[in-house]
Amino acid sequence: MFELIDTLTQTFGPSGYEKKVAGTIADLLKGKVDEIRSDALGNLICVKKGSGKKIMLAAHMDEIGIIVSYIDDKGFLRFGNIGGIPPLMILGQRVVFENGTTGVIWYEEDIDNMKNTKLDKMYIDIGANSRTDAEKLVKVGDLAVFVGETVEQNGRIISKALDDRIGCAVLVQLALSRPQTDNEIYYVFTAQEEVGLRGAKTAAFGIIPDMALAIDVCDTGDTPSCKPMAVRLGEGPAVKIKDHSVIAHPKVKDRLINAAKEKNIPYQLEVMLAGGTDAGSIHTTAGGIPSGGVSIPTRYIHDASEMVDIADVENAVKLLAEFVKEMVH
Amino acid sequence: MVSHINSDGLLKFQTVGGIEARVLVGKRVRIGEEGIPGVIGYKPVHLQDSTERNGAVKKKQLTIDIGAKDREQAEEWVDIGDTVSFAYDPVEFGDNKLMAKALDDRVGCAVLIELLKGSYECDIYGCFTVQEEIGLKGAKTASFQVMPEVALVLEGTTCYDVPDTKEQSMSTLCGKGPALTIMDRSVIADRDLLTYISDTAKACKIPYQFKKTISGGTDAGRIQVNGTGVKVATIAVPCRYIHTPVSVMDKSDLENMLRLAKEVLKTLPAAINLYREQGGKQYV
Repeated sequence: MFELIDTLTQTFGPSGYEKKVAGTIADLLKGKVDEIRSDALGNLICVKKGSGKKIMLAAHMDEIGIIVSYIDDKGFLRFGNIGGIPPLMILGQRVVFENGTTGVIWYEEDIDNMKNTKLDKMYIDIGANSRTDAEKLVKVGDLAVFVGETVEQNGRIISKALDDRIGCAVLVQLALSRPQTDNEIYYVFTAQEEVGLRGAKTAAFGIIPDMALAIDVCDTGDTPSCKPMAVRLGEGPAVKIKDHSVIAHPKVKDRLINAAKEKNIPYQLEVMLAGGTDAGSIHTTAGGIPSGGVSIPTRYIHDASEMVDIADVENAVKLLAEFVKEMVH
Repeated sequence: MVSHINSDGLLKFQTVGGIEARVLVGKRVRIGEEGIPGVIGYKPVHLQDSTERNGAVKKKQLTIDIGAKDREQAEEWVDIGDTVSFAYDPVEFGDNKLMAKALDDRVGCAVLIELLKGSYECDIYGCFTVQEEIGLKGAKTASFQVMPEVALVLEGTTCYDVPDTKEQSMSTLCGKGPALTIMDRSVIADRDLLTYISDTAKACKIPYQFKKTISGGTDAGRIQVNGTGVKVATIAVPCRYIHTPVSVMDKSDLENMLRLAKEVLKTLPAAINLYREQGGKQYV
């Protein structure tokens, strides 16, 4: 599992540029599913055929990052955000471009109040001496992602991009385990979630499933003086009740809870007040699709060092295996 | 849009789309189908107190004067719900420049009209969309009817080569060619299509630039997520002062946008066929 998570998290793939991640996953699942295809937005859709109901499981491939908007004559890069990036969290962080160029994020030091720091007062230093120098490595419009290696420690994993490569890892693991069922399972690795749940929308329209789940991360409430939330690391995958984009369909939610209870799989209930998931755009697709989610409790979401518990990840795979087996009524 | 008629015959209004109150003061307008003339009025400087003088004016402090003596007379000329547009005719001026209202996005409409006069090796759906400024609404239903594979959005975009802008914040430059959007708030352009367009521009020696800021949104945002997904890109004429009564463009940018769009439409079908033959839609 660690090796899979390491591979997936360290693959370059900010929103709109998920091709490498899709390629990696397609290679892993080749021959293990009945069909692999992609669409215009770059979603990767892997199908296990069946005569039963269509179940769509979605995990997004894209990660947050930055986009270069300007290169000044001294060779410093100005940038905008890809997805939600709190300015204070990225100060001093390293970023890496697709071609391997590394940069450091710093800020214009004449800012009076650090709390008001905005991205347009920040820059990326790639060690270039001039614009010409910089343009040999990077051009306007290039994207970079945060640097954060994958580490396993105390049964926990620390890495960049666990949001949502951990969801991708869960789906890959599930597909490889080939759960025996008549249901038709769509393992969908979506594009452009971080910029507005875009890929899931077109993927769902192409499938029109009978039921769908987003496999993503959710916040926890178990760190010093954090915002209250009834989810803790290591106490099981979270069954989504609601997030900012969706209220889980009672049928879907109950089915997950029943499956967990029957098989004695630990689970928690997720009520996330901020942040959305692919379920948000799936559930209003076409005539409406009963949707919910299974989330991996994650600390420090959108930081270069996100943290999950490996047991939660493994239990999520078990829970989903039960979920897809049952007949959908 | 006219929202209320005061007893003194002055009109209260709501804005449709993104308009800042500061650009409205003293501007001439036309109201309704008949184009009733009016002017957006505010207290002259002599009557403003110091807070009013030092602060920005708010929309609710402004009214439209149509020269009516009272509500009764105003109601003979206008109705609540009548739409109001700016009353400035286009003027060619300076170094190949043109000033006009509504360059965003009639400049795109103009290019599309010219494009539709050509013949191409694929079906072209020229969609003149409605209600973009209030939430990209028309493009949503239009693309659902068309179900396109590829979409080009023709726009007038922000251009901040104006005083007091740091170079890194200048989104596009007037006269430097049509601007290609890599990303804005509504869309990330399809990478292959974007590269195809910029390569075409290079090959045909048509000047172009990339838009440097990621603000704003266009119809591309709705079209991309239509159906099972659409490959989209946006080409735009840089326009100074958009969303004010008068914006300014360089006519060469419009001509170059037309040339570029024409070249792309001419060669794209063959490129797409090649992409398909190479199995571009399938990973395995």
